[in-house]
Amino acid sequence: MTAMLEVAGVSKNFSGLRALQEVSFNVPQGEIVGLIGPNGAGKTTCFNLIAGVFRADQGQVTLGGQRIDGWRADQVCRAGIGRTFQLVKPFAGLSVLENVIVGALKAAPKVGAARDIAESVIEQLGLGAKRDDAASSLTLPERKRLEVARALATQPRILLLDEVMAGLRPTEMDQMVKLFRELNAKTGLTILLIEHVMRAVMALSNRIVVLHHGQVISAGTPAQVTQDPAVLECYLGEEGV
Amino acid sequence: MMARLLADVPARALVMLGVFFAALCVIPLFANDYFITVLILILYFAFVGQAWNIMTGFAGQLSLGHALYVGLGAYAAAILYVKFGISPWIGLGASIVIAAAAGAVIGFLAFRFGVGGVYFAILTIAFAECARIGFDHWRWVGAASGLFLPVANYTQNDLWNLRGSPIMFYYVVLGMTVGAFVLCHALLRSRVGYYWLAIRESPEAAQALGIDIFRYKMYAVVLSAAMTSLSGVLFAFYYNNLFPEQVFHISRSIEFILGPIIGGIGTLFGPIVGAFVLTTLGESVEEVMRALGIDIPGIKQVFYGICLLLVVMFLPDGIWPPLRKRLGLDRKPRTPGKPK
Amino acid sequence: MRPEFCWGSCVPLEVILNVAASGLLTGLVYGLMALGLSVIFGVVRVVNFAHGEMMTIAMYLAVILFSYYKLDPLLMMVPIAVVLFVFGYAIQHVLITPFINRPEHSQFILLVAIAIIMVNVLLIVFGPDAKSVQPAYAFDSFQIGTLILDATKVYAAAAAIIVAAALFGFFRFTLVGKAIRACADNYAGALVVGLDVKRLYALTFGLGAACVGAAGSMMTLLVDVTPPLGPAYTLLAFVIVITGGLGSMMGALVGGVLIGVTEALGGLLFTPSAKSMFAFGLLVLILLFRPQGIFGKRPT
Repeated sequence: MTAMLEVAGVSKNFSGLRALQEVSFNVPQGEIVGLIGPNGAGKTTCFNLIAGVFRADQGQVTLGGQRIDGWRADQVCRAGIGRTFQLVKPFAGLSVLENVIVGALKAAPKVGAARDIAESVIEQLGLGAKRDDAASSLTLPERKRLEVARALATQPRILLLDEVMAGLRPTEMDQMVKLFRELNAKTGLTILLIEHVMRAVMALSNRIVVLHHGQVISAGTPAQVTQDPAVLECYLGEEGV
Repeated sequence: MMARLLADVPARALVMLGVFFAALCVIPLFANDYFITVLILILYFAFVGQAWNIMTGFAGQLSLGHALYVGLGAYAAAILYVKFGISPWIGLGASIVIAAAAGAVIGFLAFRFGVGGVYFAILTIAFAECARIGFDHWRWVGAASGLFLPVANYTQNDLWNLRGSPIMFYYVVLGMTVGAFVLCHALLRSRVGYYWLAIRESPEAAQALGIDIFRYKMYAVVLSAAMTSLSGVLFAFYYNNLFPEQVFHISRSIEFILGPIIGGIGTLFGPIVGAFVLTTLGESVEEVMRALGIDIPGIKQVFYGICLLLVVMFLPDGIWPPLRKRLGLDRKPRTPGKPK
Repeated sequence: MRPEFCWGSCVPLEVILNVAASGLLTGLVYGLMALGLSVIFGVVRVVNFAHGEMMTIAMYLAVILFSYYKLDPLLMMVPIAVVLFVFGYAIQHVLITPFINRPEHSQFILLVAIAIIMVNVLLIVFGPDAKSVQPAYAFDSFQIGTLILDATKVYAAAAAIIVAAALFGFFRFTLVGKAIRACADNYAGALVVGLDVKRLYALTFGLGAACVGAAGSMMTLLVDVTPPLGPAYTLLAFVIVITGGLGSMMGALVGGVLIGVTEALGGLLFTPSAKSMFAFGLLVLILLFRPQGIFGKRPT
């Protein structure tokens, strides 16, 4: 199975703080990979690096065989990466539909076609009833869904989800999990997700990569990773092992 | 294309717009010269306000130096006419190119080096001031003594050279304002418009959706500058004289922003509403003063300042959005739960 | 052969030094004015677009006090500063704090509106003609080596340094001063430890206005006052503060001196009326290559 996204030997320092050290992992095409680790492990830094928000000090990021490290965020998106933000950033003054149209315009430059894509994505995410409401009037779970809808509308090859489950009720979470599973099954959408909510990670991921203090300490199937002593140690502390 | 442009405009709005436009077309037949000159002033500010709105309201870059583009446009077309006898309709090509270039330079410097917000505003002021001082010392265009166009022939209307009665200028500026309005309307519904609004609301999110922020901001700046230069051409040929001290002065730049801010930044009709409200009130104040026999220079500006202050404090979105809601023309996103 | 400097025309080095020194002295007064702006922005984070207009008001006050009561502007520096302090406090408290949650450009426009009102009220009250003061020492001068310095400039500059030093001392050594610095460094933190931030903001704006008031009375010794000086000084203050570094007090003074000297030399070597162009040129360069200014900190 060819890798959609390859992260190889990536390191990033922030004024003396080593956020990432020689991080390497692959996201095979059509798979869902979970990126987990304690707070401060470097997960969002990793995302930001892949998404072009900043550059790695060392290492390479390859998308579908093409080097994308050093590219700007918008270039990375056009190459096929869609991402959500941990702290959601809706276009507050625009309606839900307009928000998603902005995303869809990357896939379809004409507003008419973009609108069609946006409408269908909105339905998929269950925001149909709110399509004309101002984004600023949405609740947090709805905003999270809007964030996902927007990213999906760009018709990405790989979707980067940054803690989308946080703050959702169990039923909402189940809906999201179901949605991603379906997208992955039907369209083969590759997904890389950062998550703290273990239930969601276990339910979704084909493989898991564990980060701790900026290093990959474990990678494998959910079953393998949850039994890995290194992982248990970093989450529970030495005494817990 | 017309059908697409009018696609989701509520019927009510179309009717009101149509009536408004028709009224504007026939007014000169009934009005006296003074009234027409006031209307010309209103439409002039509405036009520049619309152009400024593209840079500030749509793309979110506050410009306080728009007088630069007016001045460049005015001088370019005026020089071509005075020194080479070239018609303003051709001369405006030069105006557009020069103003667009100035806008591009400012935009490039600002965006490449990450100058935004208030700093950008100050940068725009700095450029306008430099132009003012520069032109003040440039002898070929008359320096501080000014540049003069041969005085207009009142009785004959020479549209090609823009020499003629106020009525002729009225229709020219009306055409310009309508054109600007239609253009902005079309832009807002296009990809460019959506991208501008996205950049304004959240540049980070916009980038994550594939928007090249630099490129789209540049579009806004260059377009805004080019459009504004056309008002400069009108200015030159209507007033027939250009003094750097007046044309490039920061007071001009501030006058331009009053209309859109009071009417509503980032809205389509805001600059027009703002221009109408402000100029009418301003002229009324002057009329009242004249009737009372009080002559206080500067009172109109104080009045404008107070209007601006009140609007910024109590109607931060401008007059138009609440008015639009009141008139039932609201097509913008609703906030459910709030009374209409 | 006396040393000369040639660019266009040739100017003797002596003249250059004299003009530069004169510019330096004037620059110190500019610096005090800009200091007020820097303090206001550094703490309250409000871009005071009415800064120059407040200075012009102070200048007119000094002129009136001199014309009617023969009171020397340097002596009147303190009362005028107090008046401006109250004025600034009121502006912050009444017009700005209630709208502190508005977007940045909204606050900016608010001050633009205030500036417009101020300038035109001054125009209405005082008319467009220039007014000036002529104290007894107006034509005195000091001689240091080959430098001949106007007494008015020397006194004004000395006063500026004293006021600036007083301000530095205030922020460094008094409790209130430290409280204000705390607000500037960490708004939420200041609230958490119980500082009355709103009052401190108003106090700060008042202090900034007081600086401007003092600078204004000094400035009347150097130039004639007309209403359009307001916007011109606002721009100058911004150029200085951006050059020196927004939020840096030392930067404001150094920037002021830099601008004062640049203007003076530019006016000498090129054309007097093109003086401000050099200030703007410097501004553009700084905005491009070192936007945090000479002493400013790069925002993280």
